[in-house]
Amino acid sequence: MTVTDETASEATGVIGTRRLRREDPALLTGEAKFVDDLDLPSQLWVGCVRSPHAHARITGVDVSQAAAADGVVAAYTGADLADRWAAPLPCAWPVTDDMKNPAHQPVAVGKANHVGDIVAVVVGSSRYAVADAVEQVVVDYEPLPAVIDLEDARSDTTVIHEDLGTNVSYTWELIPDPDAVDAAFAAATHTVAERYVQQRLIPAAMEPRGVLVVPEPFGGDLTIYSATQIPHILKVMAAITLGLAEHRVRVVAPAVGGGFGSKLNVYAEEIICSALALEHGVPVRWTETRSEAALATIHGRGQIQDIELAADADGKISAVRVKLLADMGAYLQLVTPGIPLLGAFLYHGVYDIPAYSFSCTSVFTNMTPTDAYRGAGRPEATYAIERAIDALAREVGVDPAEIRRRNYIRAEQFPYASPAGLEFDSGNYEPTLDQAMELVGYADLRAEQERRRAEGSTKHLGIGLSTFVEMCGLAPSRVLASLNYSAGGWESATVRVLPTAKVQVVTGSAPHGQGHETSWSMIVAERLGIDPDDIDVLHSDTAIAPMGLDTYGSRSLSVGGTAVHLATEKVLDKARLIAAHQLEANPDDLEYVDAGFQVKGSPGARAEFAAIAFAAFTAHDLPDGVEPNLEAQVTWDPPNFTFPFGTHIAVVEVDEETGGVELLDYASVDDCGNQINPLIVEGQVHGGVLQGIGQALFEKAEFDLDGQPRNVTFGDYLVPSAAETPSFKHGTTVTPSPTNPLGVKGIGEAGTIAATPAVINAVVDALSPFGITDVEMPASPDRVWALIHTQEGGGS
Amino acid sequence: MIPAAFDYQRADSADAAIAALADHGDDAKLLAGGHSLVPMMKLRLATPAVVIDVGRVDDLRYVEDAGEHVAVGALTRHRDIETSDVLAEHVPLVAHVASLVGDPAVRHFGTIGGSIAHADPASDLPAAALALGATFVARGPGGEREIAAGDFFTGYFQSVLAADEMLTEIRLPKMGGAGWSYQKFNRRAQDWAIVAVAAVHGNGAGTGVALVNMGSTPVRAAATEAALAAGSSAAEAAALAADGTDPPSDLNGDSRYRKALAEVLTARALTDAGA
Repeated sequence: MTVTDETASEATGVIGTRRLRREDPALLTGEAKFVDDLDLPSQLWVGCVRSPHAHARITGVDVSQAAAADGVVAAYTGADLADRWAAPLPCAWPVTDDMKNPAHQPVAVGKANHVGDIVAVVVGSSRYAVADAVEQVVVDYEPLPAVIDLEDARSDTTVIHEDLGTNVSYTWELIPDPDAVDAAFAAATHTVAERYVQQRLIPAAMEPRGVLVVPEPFGGDLTIYSATQIPHILKVMAAITLGLAEHRVRVVAPAVGGGFGSKLNVYAEEIICSALALEHGVPVRWTETRSEAALATIHGRGQIQDIELAADADGKISAVRVKLLADMGAYLQLVTPGIPLLGAFLYHGVYDIPAYSFSCTSVFTNMTPTDAYRGAGRPEATYAIERAIDALAREVGVDPAEIRRRNYIRAEQFPYASPAGLEFDSGNYEPTLDQAMELVGYADLRAEQERRRAEGSTKHLGIGLSTFVEMCGLAPSRVLASLNYSAGGWESATVRVLPTAKVQVVTGSAPHGQGHETSWSMIVAERLGIDPDDIDVLHSDTAIAPMGLDTYGSRSLSVGGTAVHLATEKVLDKARLIAAHQLEANPDDLEYVDAGFQVKGSPGARAEFAAIAFAAFTAHDLPDGVEPNLEAQVTWDPPNFTFPFGTHIAVVEVDEETGGVELLDYASVDDCGNQINPLIVEGQVHGGVLQGIGQALFEKAEFDLDGQPRNVTFGDYLVPSAAETPSFKHGTTVTPSPTNPLGVKGIGEAGTIAATPAVINAVVDALSPFGITDVEMPASPDRVWALIHTQEGGGS
Repeated sequence: MIPAAFDYQRADSADAAIAALADHGDDAKLLAGGHSLVPMMKLRLATPAVVIDVGRVDDLRYVEDAGEHVAVGALTRHRDIETSDVLAEHVPLVAHVASLVGDPAVRHFGTIGGSIAHADPASDLPAAALALGATFVARGPGGEREIAAGDFFTGYFQSVLAADEMLTEIRLPKMGGAGWSYQKFNRRAQDWAIVAVAAVHGNGAGTGVALVNMGSTPVRAAATEAALAAGSSAAEAAALAADGTDPPSDLNGDSRYRKALAEVLTARALTDAGA
């Protein structure tokens, strides 16, 4: 591990330590309670009747037989429930004023628009009863042509939502200076034009979704227990969609087993269970099956990317032009249309490219809606530029490392005004490349690659680089406003000192596996000088933490953690006043050392933190104007995004005879600014990298031409495991962010963003003796074999 | 993920299981380790009215040296086969193949008899048994019969077992130091083979080569075996591995790719086995 920068810190030694996660014992022993573990008297189960057709008119729904089945309480068609919805399911990101957004009803009426679209629901006393009853609902369909291909969708040959008149939802452009782009391409010595396909991915969180809605016996209030990343946003949206007063709705996210963006949404089942709990006056619940998750939970990615680079004779890039065709799926979910925009600003990557052109056209298809999936727009952007710069390296005839060095934004350019209009907070890119090359032994690998090629080996070595920057810490609220996003980007925290000097932290950032409890307690412990175990972290219940904007976009630490840090500072400010009163000293003359205040230079008399806490509680002797109790709340709205970066290198061996791709080595060097807990950082990188490898080599949500999904079980949808990878090498550099007092940036998505292009660049590098310059993802053995064995004039 | 309703019976002996099968006929399925049947039931691809649990019939859980062969009780779990000293000494191919079935959780539940009776052409152990020329023992209301591995498999998930018969023992010929190899090609360690090849060379019965996932049943690479018997080189023989096969096309590869894999993996298996 190399540290290239150190921040001055009043460290008490908690921040920066590899503290074990306090969340893990309960998770690992099965004590943690997920939604499906909850069990309430009188509860009813919902079963969803889902369309088996990708696109079909619903000409009749007969629920009578199902309604009469054993254990069934009621059954409903979409028409039966239509008057329960005060509004369609929400899309909170109308990216353009003229964006087309079809009304998305929780239960479809008239038409089903993807396989898995809910067309009826049954309610009964057990999961088994409703699973049987679902099969007894008779739905008459008139199948329509399915729109699966994105170019077909754009052609409007078959229009999915007839009332919209087109399959195009919107076109969004970011072209600050079109003439400059044209001039750059006209003057270029080298150009590359590449087309890449971002296949659809199934998020596959370890815990499928689930919801349990409890109507309170008095007053009509509703408590929604949901496996969600966004209890706060769900509360607002459920109130709007159901036509309830927001203060009557409480949302609780119990232990949540991962989300990767897929639980950053408001889903039909949450609204259906809420409506039916109100109707029946008892708890109503639903738990997703794994195969349902493949159909009914959002998919990730789904883009066709055209990227062009213009460069001079040395390979210095002068312009990048990108045109996206993005697959929205059948409907717009919560932030579906905004996902391409999260990448829209990053198609120049870590390179100083003066002329920039981005446009995106987004279309409806008869497939599951897409939405945020780990990285959300940024992996797609990084993939495109990192693949394209390798293509440029081939064009110019230089090593992939060298072409990157020639184009990096230089350390002295920060804060860097990007061509897309962002200000990159801080960065120093080249050291991450140097360190990653050292970790894998880059020069030796290139020599070994040459040796094998000279020998005519059928085992081809490939080395793939990915140097990346991402945009984290969603987000400055004013910036979100400029993007037409319907919410802010702040986060709330309360630090509350109890009479016995134990501390409660209340955070609006709702974790689902990230380890907020551990990290937040470390942030507070660092400043208060107390044991992290004396600090409890409360979250994910809108009755306990009423204000918050939840967890996504690698925002929790840089936004929510900063709020916690600032609230701790406010507590200390107040404690200082009380200490000064006790010590009969000027507050400015005090210093905080070892969990107590003392007068600078004369450490004899001390006001211990515990004594101050108790004094604040009794309020017997507080200075004038100081309220009882030590508690402070802060809402932090970041002034800018943060921009983590790094270099990942993948080393693969491609077996010419089988097409098999084996990952031999993988090194990541990440710079996420200051690290609160390096163990958690590494865990995030490991999981993220494996997920990125998944897209590169294993995963694709397959649909046939009729829109039928072909891999809805884990037997067919291949999520990689630890067995498919080498032990990752991990390095780090530290370039603190100046945008927040902790100097942190975010690490939740970096691995996923970096890994996919690193692996595919390695595969393409391995295949270069065959003249192969592209391989579609996932680079499965059959696909690689077919590429090798259909190349004309290739062969080694 | 929610199976249809079924009745559950636990059999305490093979005879009790066979009696229960006789009572229920085609409506019943035997449940051993459950790693094939239960997922199919959860997807409602299998909807047996009665499930007869033989998972606790412990007298069918053994690995015994029976002189010319090693006798393996049908309910012996993959993990016990993988770690058996008797098999390591006398039938190392099968111990090795068992170590490649699924993942550790699967191997601690799944049984050799369950795997063979399920007759999945993509499973590992049926092909290993085929390459070895193993013999299966089935018991029914009329008593026991022996079935050669080569006669056992009749189609996708189909075998010659009658509805009221239960596989009770697998007899694996001792390999006597013969060369062997199992070449399994898949995308993830836990997956079924896209194609796999089992080869046994030098046990006095000619070279046995069996293919996984190259048709509706595990199949012998007959042309390869014949070519080797006629004196062809391993490379020449391996090039015939896919002859006469009709492999499936699926998300992991089309039949053309599978045929190419069969040839490559057979060449590697023969080399590895010393053929």
